[in-house]
Amino acid sequence: MSGPRTASDYHPRWYRPYISTYWWLERRSYFAFIMRELSSIFVAWGVIYLLLLIRAVSRGGGATRYQEFLAWSVNPVVLAINVVTLGFVVYHAITWFNLSPQAMVVRIRGKRVPPFWIIASNYLACIVISAAILWLVLGGGS
Amino acid sequence: MAKRSLEPFLWLLFSAGGVFAALLLPSLLFLFAIAVPLGWLAPPSYEHLLGVLRHPLTRTVLFFLCSLSLIHGAHRFRYTLYEGLRMQHLNEVIVPICYGGAIVGSLWAGYVLLYMR
Repeated sequence: MSGPRTASDYHPRWYRPYISTYWWLERRSYFAFIMRELSSIFVAWGVIYLLLLIRAVSRGGGATRYQEFLAWSVNPVVLAINVVTLGFVVYHAITWFNLSPQAMVVRIRGKRVPPFWIIASNYLACIVISAAILWLVLGGGS
Repeated sequence: MAKRSLEPFLWLLFSAGGVFAALLLPSLLFLFAIAVPLGWLAPPSYEHLLGVLRHPLTRTVLFFLCSLSLIHGAHRFRYTLYEGLRMQHLNEVIVPICYGGAIVGSLWAGYVLLYMR
């Protein structure tokens, strides 16, 4: 693909429509798409935050490191980042669940399960798992 | 050529990570990043958390949550750079940084979850 990208007698003019770097600000649906894609950064931060907590609890040395982590988590900057993070992670979950009927077509006895039920089962699974996590963490399991 | 054949596998990991992140991350982050720091819920005791973390099932689930979510994030962020910022021409830099970061993070997760005292 080397060579000049100019028109000549033997080559038509290249059709390269100009697209701005900020094309996603032009429409709401484009903006929603980029926000969904940006959730990736916050998913990664959420995982790192959880791993820091796990490390604080499991590295030994008693409860000191855990107390230090709890004190750090109250820091206004950390808290502000985490509020934004939770917003993006919830946005990821909602868009993920709502897209699931497009990703998987479920058939029961040859009939396609309506998209509504696939979405609903995703939300139900999320509620059940969240309840189990709350129960486990807040002491029901001990 | 090799890169092209790897792509479906990456999309598979992306999907698996998306499911883990969507099902588990909201409640975990609400608990430990919002509710406990703001004092809405009392922090669970150290002994209790350690007990929950010591269980092999907890560690297995957490490992898959961390590693797959990181790969999910890396894959999606890669395409955000391509499509959002139109940086396709930096492919050779973007691919190692994104997936390399996810792999390093997964190794860290494996280390943290495996070696507990």
